[in-house]
Amino acid sequence: MDWEVVIGLEVHAQLNTATKIFCDCPIAFGAEPNSHTCPVCLAMPGALPVLNAAAVDKAIALGLAIGAELNRHSIFARKNYFYPDLPKGYQISQYELPIVGKGTLTVQLADGVEKVVGVTRAHLEEDAGKSLHEAFIGQSGIDLNRAGTPLLEIVSEPDMRSPAEAVAYLKKLHALVRYLDICDGNMQEGSFRCDANVSLRRPGAAYGTRAEIKNLNSFRFLEKAIEYEIVRQRDILESGGQIVQETRLYDANRDETRSMRSKEEANDYRYFPDPDLLPLVLDESRIERIRDILPELPDAKRTRFMSQYALTAYDAGVLTAGRVLADYYEQVAAGVDGKLAANWVMGDLLGALNKAGIEIEGCPVSAEKLRLLVQRIADQTISGKIAKEIFEEIFYRGGEVDAIIDGRGLRQITDVAAIAAMVDAIVTANPQQAADFRAGKDKLLGFFVGQVMKASQGKANPDQVNAILLERLQKS
Amino acid sequence: MAFDHDTVRRTAHLARIALPQTEIPAVADQLERIMGLVEELRAIETTGVPTMAHPLDLDQPLRPDTVGNHDQREVLMASAPAAEHGLFLVPKVIE
Repeated sequence: MDWEVVIGLEVHAQLNTATKIFCDCPIAFGAEPNSHTCPVCLAMPGALPVLNAAAVDKAIALGLAIGAELNRHSIFARKNYFYPDLPKGYQISQYELPIVGKGTLTVQLADGVEKVVGVTRAHLEEDAGKSLHEAFIGQSGIDLNRAGTPLLEIVSEPDMRSPAEAVAYLKKLHALVRYLDICDGNMQEGSFRCDANVSLRRPGAAYGTRAEIKNLNSFRFLEKAIEYEIVRQRDILESGGQIVQETRLYDANRDETRSMRSKEEANDYRYFPDPDLLPLVLDESRIERIRDILPELPDAKRTRFMSQYALTAYDAGVLTAGRVLADYYEQVAAGVDGKLAANWVMGDLLGALNKAGIEIEGCPVSAEKLRLLVQRIADQTISGKIAKEIFEEIFYRGGEVDAIIDGRGLRQITDVAAIAAMVDAIVTANPQQAADFRAGKDKLLGFFVGQVMKASQGKANPDQVNAILLERLQKS
Repeated sequence: MAFDHDTVRRTAHLARIALPQTEIPAVADQLERIMGLVEELRAIETTGVPTMAHPLDLDQPLRPDTVGNHDQREVLMASAPAAEHGLFLVPKVIE
């Protein structure tokens, strides 16, 4: 009998505000340790937190984008635990009444099926600092620059039933926070981190005991960790054992999850409302102001791409996966055939970026340059084959499209007389093949086309070559 | 409610209080009296009464997202018992 895997994800998205959530210290990576601290984020006695309006607005934006209930009245709570990178002895978070309530996220799976995943809640909280254990003997160094950085913790329902569904959900959420410009989405730097709750059950049975897997800082690790966890839990259950509810750490080097032994007793965070912070009240004008400035979201953009540019659902999905890529595509598609532009962006461009290990943000070819290249194919100045050569040139070495075309004499030959002359020469030079073709060996047309293209150094218009060849080979 | 010594020890640990063994009975007694008060409060009928997170009838004021802090590390670290290379030093902690 089969097992069904049940997965829920908790995502911490670092909000890209200029200042911390409860004080006006700047947020920046790589600053001198503790240079971005003040009495509030250092937990000096008497210092009081004041909530950052931008963090609230960004949480509202997420809530609106997932069609969630926005709690007009939410409360900050203290989550108590002791660790040196948390100088107050508690983290300010939200517990019973989070700012964002139930919402949904629709994800597209590989087989084209759509699935609606429930979002339980999203709440505002502050990040902790960093501990450095290596540099000092018998001591740890504490850097509190990160302490107080605003986080939005987005908790899903246990709605996912495979590693692929979990990855699809995380990718969708990742795209969404970047569309909304509320988080930079940098998983390596930890601006977008994910924990996975994984359990197994017999189909239709009650939920099994779950393990929480931490440290999943890439889509691939999420998939691998869940795959490992399914096998581990299945082996335990099938040998008559029981799953222990615990926190496990994913070790990417060994591709396994390990129990995190913690000296802390069973988590007892003793949440209670933070007396330093008043209830957060959202008024309608604030919510409407955010609704008015929401950008076009991935699903809407995908639907529009399908109708406006006549793209397939798959192509539109790929091109709208990220806001930067979608914007890039639209610039390329301006004034040229949408499908041709899509083929170039998804094929040559994404292929080259992938090969070079570059993200679209750092693409060496501007959208305008690629648009011009595609334009030159469309207006028959160059052939698709020549265009690929020019693309390689501008991608790796730079340069201007028209300058390269003219400088190297790559302009497509569309002059009928010139092509006909080349065709005649090739046909004359290959009397045997010409005779065979006329005798019914149709496949030889490819040979002739190849020869003419070679003679023209790839510059002859292939459609014209085809037409003239057929004409000449029927004659005589 | 009975406040046994194990619960006292566990509570002290969670609060990181070093509680001498000899003081446990007295603390248990005090905690029990506090819990007595809590029990009295719990007995009050509160169905339909909205949670009050704060006794002040005010909303949370918001702060514009503008950087105001200038580096005051030297001043702020002056009171730290141990610091080096701009880091606060604490007894070694490893997860």
